[in-house]
Amino acid sequence: MESVINMALLVFLAGTAFAILRRTTLFSVVMLSGVFSLVSAALLVHLDAVDVAFTEAAVGAGVSTVLMLSTLALTARHEAPGTRSRAIPLIVVFLTGLALVYGTLDMPRFGDPSAPVHQHVAPRYISATAHEIGMPNIVTAVLASYRGFDTLGEVTVIFTAGIAVLLLLAGTIREPTTATKITAMEHHLVLRVVTKVLIGPILLFALYVQFHGDYGPGGGFQAGVIFAAAFIIYALVFGLETAGNALPGRAVRILLALGVLIYSGTGVVSFFFNKNFLDYSVLGATAQAGQHIGIILVEFGVGMTVAAVMVSTFYAFAGQNPPIGDEEW
Amino acid sequence: MISAHLPILQVIVPLIAAPLSAFCRRAGVAWYLSLVICAVSFAISIALLIQVLEEGHISYLLGSWAAPWGIEYRVDVVNAFVLMIISGIGTAVLPYARTSIAAEIEPHNQALFYTAYLLCLTGLLGMVITGDAFNAFVFLEISSLSTYALVALGAGTDRRALSAAYTYLVMGTIGATFFVIGIGLVYMMTGTLNMADLAARLQGLEHNRTVLVAFAFIVTGIGLKLALFPMHLWLPNAYAFAPSAVTVFLAATATKAAVYLLLRFLFTVFGIDYHILGLTMTWLFTPLALAAMFAASTVAIFQVELKRMLAYSSVAQIGYMVLGMSFLSVTGLTATIIHLFNHALMKGALFMVLGAIVLRQGAATFNTIRGLGRKMPWTMAAFVTGGLSLIGVPLTVGFVSKWYLVAAALESGRWPLAVLIVLSSLLAVIYVWRVVEAAYLEEPPADSKATEAPLSMLVPTWILIAANIYFGVDAGLTSRIASAGARLLLGVAQ
Repeated sequence: MESVINMALLVFLAGTAFAILRRTTLFSVVMLSGVFSLVSAALLVHLDAVDVAFTEAAVGAGVSTVLMLSTLALTARHEAPGTRSRAIPLIVVFLTGLALVYGTLDMPRFGDPSAPVHQHVAPRYISATAHEIGMPNIVTAVLASYRGFDTLGEVTVIFTAGIAVLLLLAGTIREPTTATKITAMEHHLVLRVVTKVLIGPILLFALYVQFHGDYGPGGGFQAGVIFAAAFIIYALVFGLETAGNALPGRAVRILLALGVLIYSGTGVVSFFFNKNFLDYSVLGATAQAGQHIGIILVEFGVGMTVAAVMVSTFYAFAGQNPPIGDEEW
Repeated sequence: MISAHLPILQVIVPLIAAPLSAFCRRAGVAWYLSLVICAVSFAISIALLIQVLEEGHISYLLGSWAAPWGIEYRVDVVNAFVLMIISGIGTAVLPYARTSIAAEIEPHNQALFYTAYLLCLTGLLGMVITGDAFNAFVFLEISSLSTYALVALGAGTDRRALSAAYTYLVMGTIGATFFVIGIGLVYMMTGTLNMADLAARLQGLEHNRTVLVAFAFIVTGIGLKLALFPMHLWLPNAYAFAPSAVTVFLAATATKAAVYLLLRFLFTVFGIDYHILGLTMTWLFTPLALAAMFAASTVAIFQVELKRMLAYSSVAQIGYMVLGMSFLSVTGLTATIIHLFNHALMKGALFMVLGAIVLRQGAATFNTIRGLGRKMPWTMAAFVTGGLSLIGVPLTVGFVSKWYLVAAALESGRWPLAVLIVLSSLLAVIYVWRVVEAAYLEEPPADSKATEAPLSMLVPTWILIAANIYFGVDAGLTSRIASAGARLLLGVAQ
C-alpha cells in the first residue's frame, strides 16, 4: 500500500511536470507549479518528512504562486516562442537523466534500515537529542542546534534574496495613489468579510507553528511564511495602501535585517562565556535549558526574517505599475 | 581568548555587518562600515594564515558539537591562502568602489549595494573555510544570490545587465543544483556530510556506481560555477555588464573560490587514489583546459569591448588553473594554487583600470581609449604593467605561474603541453598589444576632455600592480605556501 501511494504521487508529479513543459499559457504554468508543490508536499508527508512538507506547502504552493502571479501581471501571460534549437538542451537533459538512473543501481534499497544514512550520524541524533537538547522534535534539534550554523546560513540566503528584490525593484515602487485603491478587491463584499474573519486565526496559527516547533512539525520557516500570507491576503483584498498602514514598508525592511541579527546575536552570546559560536548551553541554568532558550530565540529570528522577506517581496511586486490593465484579467 | 574564535569570526564579522549595513540610509555610512569590516576580515585571514603555517590545521566546532554530528570549520594552508586572497581583494576594492559606484549605480540603490557586497564576501569566505560539504553549499548559495543582484545593478548604466544577470542566475542555479545532488548522493552512501569523515567513509566505495555519479555531478556543478570551458557562457556578459567595482571583485575572487572547492572535493573528499580521477584529468580536464586557453584567448582578440575582452581572458586563465591540477603532481597543483593568487592580482588590477576608464569616458572600448596614454598616463601605465603580468613576462607574477605550469608539464614528460602553454601566452600578447596600440599610438580625439582617474581609484589599482611586481620578483612566500598546499592536497610529506 505504501509503495502504491508513493508511485501514484510520483506519477502525478511527472505528469504535472510534463504539463508545465507543454503549456505556453503562463497562467496555467504557474497554477500547475502550485499543484506540483502541493503534490510534493503530499509525497513528503508520506515519507514522514512533515517539517519539509509543511514548508513546501506554504512556500511552494502558497506564497511563490502569489509572487509568480504578480510577476505575470507585470510582464506577459504567454510564453514567447523559442528561437533556439532544442536539440542540445534535450540531449543534456537526457544524459543527466541517464546518469541519475545509473546512480540508482548501487543505492541501498528504499527504506532499508541498514543503509548508511541510518547507521552513522542519525542514530546519535535519535539517542542523544532527548538528554542533550530535551525536545521531542528531533528535526528541530538537528536544524536549530546540531546543524544550527547551516540554518543561520539559510536565513542569510533568504535575507540575501530579500535584499536582491529590494535592490532590483524597490526603486520603481510607485507612490500609493487612488489607482491602488481601485485595484484592491474592496468592492467584493464576500471576500472582505471572509478575509476579516480569517486573518485572526491565520496569525494565531502562525504563532502556534512558530512556538510549537520544538514539539511538533513547524518552526520559524513555516511560521514566517504563514504570517506573511496573512498580510498578503490583507493587501490583496484591502489594497496595498491599507496594508502599508498596518505594516509599513520601512518597518518590514528593519524586521528583515533584525531576524538575522537575532539569530547571529544568539550565537555571539556564547563568546562571552568562552564557548564556541552558537553553543546555546550557556544561555540557561542547565545545558538543556540553555539549548531550549537558544532554539526558541533563533527560531524567532528565522520567523521574523522569513516573514519580512515574503512581505517586502510582495510589496515590491505589487507596488509596480502594471502594463496590463486590470480589466483584462 | 579571541584568537581561539578566529575561524568563525572570519565569516560572522561580515555576516553580522551585512544586516547592520541594511539599516544605513546613507551610502557613505554603509561604505565606511563595509571598509572597516573588510579590513578586519583581511586581518583575521592573515592571522589565520600565519597560525596554520606555524601550527598546521585548525579545527573549530560550531555550537561545540563534535564533528561529524555538528558542523566543523577546518582551516589549513590551502583555504587560509584563498581566504586571504578573497578578503584582501574585498578590502582593496572598497576604496576604489566608492567613486565608481556613485557614478554607475542609481542613488537609491547605493546604500544597499554595500549590504549585497558584504553578503557576497560572507558567502565566498564561508564556502572556503568550512569542513562540511553541505555547509559549503549553503554559503555558495549566499555568494551566488548576492552576485546575481550585484551583476544586475549594472542596469543603472546598461539595461543588458539584467539579462546577463538572469542568464547567470539560470546557469548558476543549475550548477548549484548539480552540486547539491552530488552531495545528496554521497550522503546517501556514507551517512555523513563532514569532508574529512566523507573521505574516510568513501574508502571501500571506489567502484560504487552511486558514488561515481555523485563525483560526476559534483565536478559538473562546480565546473559551471568556475566557468570551465565550455560551461563559461554566462561569464563574459556577467563581467561585461556588472558595475565596474563588482567586476573587479568577482573576477578576482568568485571563480577562485569555485576552483578551491573543486580542489577540495577532488583531492580531500574523493582523494588522489579515487580510480577515475586520473581518467578525468587526462581525458576531460586537460583537453578542456587547452580548449579554454586557445578558444577563449582567440575570442578575446576579436572583442571591441574591453571588459568583455578581459572576461574571455579570464576563461583562458581558468584553463591554466585546471591544466595545473590535471597533472596530479605537486608542481602542477602548486601552479594552480599560486595562480589563484597571481591571477587575482593581475585581473583585479586590470579590471580596476577599465573601471577608471568607464568613469572618465563612459565606456571602455577601443574607441574610447584612443590616445588615453597621454590623457590618463597613470591609469594606462597600470594597464600596461598588468598586461605584462597577464602575458607572463619575467619579474611579474604571471611569469611565476607560467614557470610552475611549464615545469609541471616537463616534469610529467608531456613537453608538447609546455609548448602549448607558451603559445597560448602569445595570444595574450596580441590582445594586450591592441590596447597599448590604441592608447599610445593613436591620437586622442580633438574634443577629448578625458582627465586622469581620481586618486581613490588610482591608489588601489597601483597597490595591486605593485603586488604584481613584488610577488613576481620575490615569489618565495607565495610559492612556499602554494607548494605546502599542493603537498597537503596530495597527501605527500612536507
